[in-house]
Amino acid sequence: MFNCDMLIDSKDLKSTIFKLKNDENYTILLDITALDYSKYPDITPSRFAVVYILRDSTFKKQISIKSFVDDNTLEIDSICDLYESANWAERETYDQYGIKFVGHPNLKRVLNHHQFLGHPLRKDYETTKGQICTQTEDLMDEMLPLLKSKGYNDEEIKDLMLLNVGPSHPASHGTIRNFVAMEGETITACITEIGYLHRGFEKSCENHTYSQIIPYTDRLNYCSAILNNIGYSKAVEEMLGIDITPRAKMIRIVIGELSRIIDHLVCNAANMVDLGGLTNFWYLFAPRDKAYELLSKLTGARLTNTYTRIGGLEFDLYDGFNEDLFDVLKDVETAIDDALSLIAHNKIFLDRTQDVGVIKADFALKNGISGPNLRAAGVAHDLRKDKPYYGYENFDFDMIIGSHGDVYDRMMCRFEEMKQSIKIIKQAMKNLPDGAINVNAPGILLPSKKDVYGNIEGLMNQFKLTFEGIHVPKGEYYSSTEAANGELGFFIVSDGSGRPYKVKCRPPCFYSLAAYSKIVEGGMLADAVVTMASMNFIAGEFDR
Amino acid sequence: MGLGVESKLGDSIVTTKLDHAINWGRSYSLWPMAFGTACCGIEFMAVAGSKYDLSRFGAEVVRFSPRQADLLIVAGTISYKQAPILKKIYEQMCEPKWVISMGACACSGGFYDNYTTVQGIDQIIPVDEYIAGCPPRPEAVLDAIMRIQEKAKDESILKDRVKDYKGFLDV
Repeated sequence: MFNCDMLIDSKDLKSTIFKLKNDENYTILLDITALDYSKYPDITPSRFAVVYILRDSTFKKQISIKSFVDDNTLEIDSICDLYESANWAERETYDQYGIKFVGHPNLKRVLNHHQFLGHPLRKDYETTKGQICTQTEDLMDEMLPLLKSKGYNDEEIKDLMLLNVGPSHPASHGTIRNFVAMEGETITACITEIGYLHRGFEKSCENHTYSQIIPYTDRLNYCSAILNNIGYSKAVEEMLGIDITPRAKMIRIVIGELSRIIDHLVCNAANMVDLGGLTNFWYLFAPRDKAYELLSKLTGARLTNTYTRIGGLEFDLYDGFNEDLFDVLKDVETAIDDALSLIAHNKIFLDRTQDVGVIKADFALKNGISGPNLRAAGVAHDLRKDKPYYGYENFDFDMIIGSHGDVYDRMMCRFEEMKQSIKIIKQAMKNLPDGAINVNAPGILLPSKKDVYGNIEGLMNQFKLTFEGIHVPKGEYYSSTEAANGELGFFIVSDGSGRPYKVKCRPPCFYSLAAYSKIVEGGMLADAVVTMASMNFIAGEFDR
Repeated sequence: MGLGVESKLGDSIVTTKLDHAINWGRSYSLWPMAFGTACCGIEFMAVAGSKYDLSRFGAEVVRFSPRQADLLIVAGTISYKQAPILKKIYEQMCEPKWVISMGACACSGGFYDNYTTVQGIDQIIPVDEYIAGCPPRPEAVLDAIMRIQEKAKDESILKDRVKDYKGFLDV
């Protein structure tokens, strides 16, 4: 049975985490969440527990820490002063569960709207109970203290221009609201508000079977749906203790890397639109559409593919897949070259992107930024290299590292990572093993239609799997993969039934967005737009 | 009209109904405002892209200011937090205006039947055309735009379009 690695008393929480950080180098806070045990079959010391997931500075080790919270006070010490990334993570836990983090500088809701009453992820909150929001928050409760802390007095504040960038703004590529105070064209203070696309992913997971959740994961980062499918399925498979077939692993690598390419294409194309280079958009979107045609042939859907199954895949590769795939890859290579030929030596492009929106390596780590944004800052961390899964260790590919952490580095890292993904796909297709794509496990995968209609065992099996779902052994488990935006983790708690007791997604861009305001303060407004595009914030992912 | 036919007509006059001429112009120059919030917004980008090419229908001038647009395409999930913003955007558009609800979430909340998602944008603003799909294929979006074109041909400048709509944000 999987459990959190450490169970500590809430009084000792902060000192323990302090020790872990300083003595054992657990310098990265991956995620914070809470658990409501009120419907759990076992008896627990109290109703709520808070869970922390940390990673060490070598990126090889991770640790999960659980601490029960006193039912009467619901209070626990904030660790904001130890990790910058704890700020939004604790706010989310407060928002969803009502846990009060003592010492948090700004403990208010982050996903739900300000008129919301109650805490939706508590087990006694009814799933369908919506609450109407009549107006948007003015955010002055955050803006005024922020400006005061920067040394502005009341008179000076009146001279500043307060501007909303979003929540419906083309540059936000989604639904991010940035509330900025400007002195001329320079941003002096920025506050990011999210939650406009909060769709209740985690609550929905709790009343669906493990297999029914796969379509929900598609819609987290919808630019690379299959990478989310893989991340989630891998977590559940590890809890079940099953090893998927070699062919399934290889196909997951191929299609996963193709999804990564699509994600990077969208990010870079949109970024260049924001820079005024519309031609690049056409260049990069043409092969993307071709890749979608391939995916729709393979999975039946262009965007939201739901391709994986717990224990394998929905379909095997179709006849002629190889030719189609190489056709797409060739087009991608051409498109990258075409786009680079327009920008690589373009003075305007270089001036707009170099030394703009700089993320320093230590800042990135403190804020829990991962993926291409972290690598562009010069930190060599990629879960495919540091904690390889599905045999990534056998592939010959490079980790792409930037030197300045600016917009330019992030874009170039993505271009180069696409080339590395192509390299991985070519190696994988060369070594694609034959055999089944699904494990032989009747309690996990649906039986063939021949068995469903042909014998009573098959019929019962189909019925049980559909209505009850896969019975995952009781336990708590965190598993992560390298998605297009960085470390995508799933913390799953099972009570032994066919539906998860809790699913918490660790969305990579939630943490990079939390750090965004600090990156753009002091810069120009136009640069903030480019910085936003280069960090690839996907609303479905950070809002869930 | 056009293509130099006028020269053949000399000083003669072409007559038409004012409604007819205006509707003809409106239906072939829809200016969409893409209110893209989620996955459908990404698929709308494909509709505007070179393969599906929205400009064939005269609707390629995508505006991000509602004041310059007459077709609101709501592409994506609308949460209760987003609802007042969508309503404000709709109200900022000048008449005549049409609304397409793109995808399952905008039409009915989709499979997000939970505490945060509005179960269909027609509870906030009036909708002219619905597109099924999660997300819909680009062809389906083009189909809805053609249906809006048909609707635009039936308008009259003498009549108000939206009669008495009341959503949950209209108090």
